[in-house]
Amino acid sequence: MRLHLHIAFLFASTLWLGSCSREDRILRQPPPANDTLNTVQISGLNPGANSIPTPPNSNMYQESAYAVAEGQKLYEEYNCVGCHAHGGGGIGPPLMDRDWIYGSEPGNVFATIMQGRPNGMPSFRNRIPEYQAWELAAYVRSLAGLLPKGVSPDRPDRMNVKPSESSTPEQIPTGITGVPGQPK
Amino acid sequence: MNREFVFVPARFSAQAMPLNPGHHSVLHPAASQAGNIEWLYWVIFWILFAVFVLMVAAFARAGAKSRVLDDAPLPIIEDDDGDRRAGWAVGSALAITVITLFVVLVLSVITGKRVEGLTSKNPITIQITGHQWWWEISYPNSQADQTVTTANEIHVPVGTPVVVLTNSADVIHSFWAPSITGKRDLLPGYSSAFSFQVDREGTYRGQCAEFCGLQHAHMGFSIIAEPVDKFQSWRQQQLKPAIEPAASESSRGREVFLTHACVMCHTIRGTDAGSRVGPDLTHIASRNMIAAETLPNTAGALAGWVVDPQRIKPGTQMSPNPLAPDELQALVVYLQSLQ
Amino acid sequence: MAVAEPIVANDQDAGQSGLARRLAHTWRQPKGFLGWFCNTHHTDIGIRFMVTAFIFLLLGGVLAAMIRLQLIRPENSLMGPDLYNQVFTMHGSTMIFLFAVPMMFQGFGVYIVPLMCGARNIAFPRLNAFSYYLYVGGALVLWGGFLTNTGPDVGWFAYVPLSGPAYSPGHRADIWSQMITFTEVSALGVAICIATTILRHRAPGMTLNRMPILLWEKLVISIAVIFAMPAVMIASGLLLLDRLVGTHFFNPAEGGDVLLYQHLFWFFGHPEVYIIFLPGAAIISTLVECFSRRRIFGYTPIVVSVVATGFIGFSVWVHHMFATGLPQLSESFFTAASLMIVIPTGTQFFCWVATIWYGRLQLRLPMLWCFGFFFVFLIGGLSGVMLASVPVDLQVHDTYFVVAHFHYVLIGGALFPMFAGIYFWFPKMTGRMASAKLGAWHFWLFFFGFNITFFTLHFLGLRGMPRRIYTYGPDMHWQGLNILASTGVIFMTAGLLVFLANVYRSMHTGEIAGNNPWEDAGLEWSVSSPPPPYNFLHVPTVSGRDPLWEDPPDQPVVVGLRDDIRETLVTHSLDADPQHKDEDPGPSIWPFLAAVTVSAAFVGSIFTAWAIPIGAPPVIATLIGWLWPRGQSPTPLPNEVPWIH
Repeated sequence: MRLHLHIAFLFASTLWLGSCSREDRILRQPPPANDTLNTVQISGLNPGANSIPTPPNSNMYQESAYAVAEGQKLYEEYNCVGCHAHGGGGIGPPLMDRDWIYGSEPGNVFATIMQGRPNGMPSFRNRIPEYQAWELAAYVRSLAGLLPKGVSPDRPDRMNVKPSESSTPEQIPTGITGVPGQPK
Repeated sequence: MNREFVFVPARFSAQAMPLNPGHHSVLHPAASQAGNIEWLYWVIFWILFAVFVLMVAAFARAGAKSRVLDDAPLPIIEDDDGDRRAGWAVGSALAITVITLFVVLVLSVITGKRVEGLTSKNPITIQITGHQWWWEISYPNSQADQTVTTANEIHVPVGTPVVVLTNSADVIHSFWAPSITGKRDLLPGYSSAFSFQVDREGTYRGQCAEFCGLQHAHMGFSIIAEPVDKFQSWRQQQLKPAIEPAASESSRGREVFLTHACVMCHTIRGTDAGSRVGPDLTHIASRNMIAAETLPNTAGALAGWVVDPQRIKPGTQMSPNPLAPDELQALVVYLQSLQ
Repeated sequence: MAVAEPIVANDQDAGQSGLARRLAHTWRQPKGFLGWFCNTHHTDIGIRFMVTAFIFLLLGGVLAAMIRLQLIRPENSLMGPDLYNQVFTMHGSTMIFLFAVPMMFQGFGVYIVPLMCGARNIAFPRLNAFSYYLYVGGALVLWGGFLTNTGPDVGWFAYVPLSGPAYSPGHRADIWSQMITFTEVSALGVAICIATTILRHRAPGMTLNRMPILLWEKLVISIAVIFAMPAVMIASGLLLLDRLVGTHFFNPAEGGDVLLYQHLFWFFGHPEVYIIFLPGAAIISTLVECFSRRRIFGYTPIVVSVVATGFIGFSVWVHHMFATGLPQLSESFFTAASLMIVIPTGTQFFCWVATIWYGRLQLRLPMLWCFGFFFVFLIGGLSGVMLASVPVDLQVHDTYFVVAHFHYVLIGGALFPMFAGIYFWFPKMTGRMASAKLGAWHFWLFFFGFNITFFTLHFLGLRGMPRRIYTYGPDMHWQGLNILASTGVIFMTAGLLVFLANVYRSMHTGEIAGNNPWEDAGLEWSVSSPPPPYNFLHVPTVSGRDPLWEDPPDQPVVVGLRDDIRETLVTHSLDADPQHKDEDPGPSIWPFLAAVTVSAAFVGSIFTAWAIPIGAPPVIATLIGWLWPRGQSPTPLPNEVPWIH
């Protein structure tokens, strides 16, 4: 009986200590102590004696499924879709491929969002809080498959980007009418 | 409702509970629908109370004949005479049960028809869309410029039927004002209609009644029933675009609004802010409460909400906005000017 | 009528007769650490179900106490919304899936049914053991998830779209869905075992018409489980597919339907509560008969009521969805059905009153709990009649009125009978009597605390307090009633502590119980307390509904079964005529291993699709080990040799 209790307690404490960061709901953001924008850099080289410290806490958003899902929601709400579609691109470059013009590290994507880029990418500095830019960066990286599968967001509750296979015209035998997707 | 006088004793016991009457309770109706339901509730309650008393009496009488402390179990008995009488008793009890249930069924159906069968020539139509965690209210009109869009606070004229069309932008919510009528779920992908008619002036609170996530607890709304002329003037005011800022601080406040994160989510008609993610703020100062009936609409609460909504409603969609004090002051002054 | 002398020799009374020794050796269960996992005897598995379920009752109660502490004050900061949502989801899921069904149906059923039938063991004993281990696996998955911040936070019913892929990121809802799969497969396994035992392993002479009410109820519930569980497995399965695979069953934008989930869920959900309540009612029927010292009044009406409740229970599920905007005709139909189900329950109540009234009541401890049940369940049932009425339901649905109602019917209908049954069969299970004095303290503390807490909630609901809110504003005037409701928790906790003390003390120093301390009529009271591993020295026969009260002293027993192998008797489902003999497979490690491999495959599939091809071969391997033929095939009975005398 006592052995069972000990085993149960050990089990419970092991689990507690190994809590999953994937499931963290980051509701209270760490306060923006200083402007992290200037600490994001593309190159590891910088002049002078002291190196610029890496931005804190960016991994927090990369590892939380909740943060990536928030990024997915913000992607729609802030109309990133307007230029980048759902990753396929349009006016703006696609985000699902491996071509990263300005780098694919979380800090790089964050800097792209906050600073803006030539040829049409707006700067969102002071328009969206930094933590939301980190969440968007995490989501964008998930579009390219750079996040572990467990953290990547699931399908959203909206229409598919492309129609399902069974309703594309090539799949439907000729002569059938009244099927969605096929011209009448 | 004239039926109330029949059940005066019941109403006395209800009002013995300390509560602001007419505010937020099933037993303090302010509309015909809730009144009908309250009547049905009391009828069923007293019928079932009688059943309860009879059953408890039966069990008590049966239990009172107990020989409690005999240690050894008594010998088994057979009682054919008793069984015969029990047969009659059980049979009659069953018959009474069936009749009672039938009465309850008929009364329920009748009341249901009364509650839903509001016919009228000129109802006010309101479209309610549930969001996580606020209510988008619009008064649709065939002319687009006559459509009122607001949030969380519904104005209706007293004595006029109101038809509500429901929808949801994300998960299932439920629209429930207990003093007005029964609840209706807002389901994504479905639009259903129900109606109510408020009989008494006043402010009636409601709350979301279907679990919808982190801030389900703070998703309230209010229904303000007012005389027809006041309602019309409110409506006309809501249709106007935002008031131009008069003082320089208001002007500065509008600048703050348009150059910070506010503009990404909120609409203020008459300015460049046109996002539909969050509630429409064109006439925010005309509302009694903010944050879906969580905070009073005062300068301090507004400032606290703007700066850190996550402390008040953790998990809400609105982000914290660390503004400099003078910017915050100007913004609040501006928002409070938007009558 | 005097209680008939038990016809089967009690091995303890007669001293170890040769037969008893041989049977004890043949039917022995292995000892030791590994032996514990090989056990397939129904009494041991039944007790494991009950003990494990009770642990989850306590854990669920801790969660409830946390909820009540959070709500004791407006704007309380004991728990934030995220933790609160997890806590109430875990409370509901633990109580329903990990306590109520495993205790009332699986635990009690597995223990009592073979004894009441006169069988040596339950049918399909390895499936029975497998079901237990799978239940434990599911419980560990759920609570393991909770302790690693992956506990579900979408309510115990997990409505879509909130629990869907868009609004529940991460794996929390997947843990919940997969736990459903575990527990429902476990319930299905036990349902098959119990139904088969009742239909094919009854003592000869126990025609359907002579079955104890408890066996009728377990039969009805087993069939209800078989029909209801697949609905929730489909609901949770489709949810998993939506979340993990990207299907659109519940996505309105692509033609899916959010109400589909609710229909599937409640088609299970409503029969589920009858699966929880009817075992309680059957325990009451058994106890009322025993403590009124007469056969139950209205055996046939009660049996018909149990069957009718099982049937009608499948036709009322939409009353959980009245607020969704259904057509009025549909609402009226489901109101009528929901009111109709009161009739069979009322019949049972009237028959119980009649039995007590025309009997000679002895208010011993288990009967005290029965009276508690009468009071509490009556209130719950009456508030249920209110909820059946659509207009009233539209006001109080999803408020604390409903919380009060279902706690009255579930605690009244399951917990009170559970305690009654525990105190009643405690001597049979442990060989000692529980302390009546401590039991009475337990009862009154719990009864008082329960009513303080849950009666108050009716008023809170009428005052507009919705469910599942982590806090409320001070201007809502709900604080007073919430404080009152939270104080009842103290008394309920005290009562439960007294119960634990009672169990502990009585198991060590309680008065030794004989075979039949209550002088009840069922076959289980003809064997020693606790029963030997072979249950009955000779498989009995019966000639009446109350065997130990009615059967003559020379009631025949079955003598044709071998004692060197584990032979059991299979009888006809209707009239219990002997048909053939079969061999019990005996202890086996394969059920445990199969449960481990199946659990691993289930849990792995939440995280990666590779778990299915990687998890399948071990499952197949353990199933092969399990099903490998051994022992002898069913043996027909010899024609001429008289084998009953």
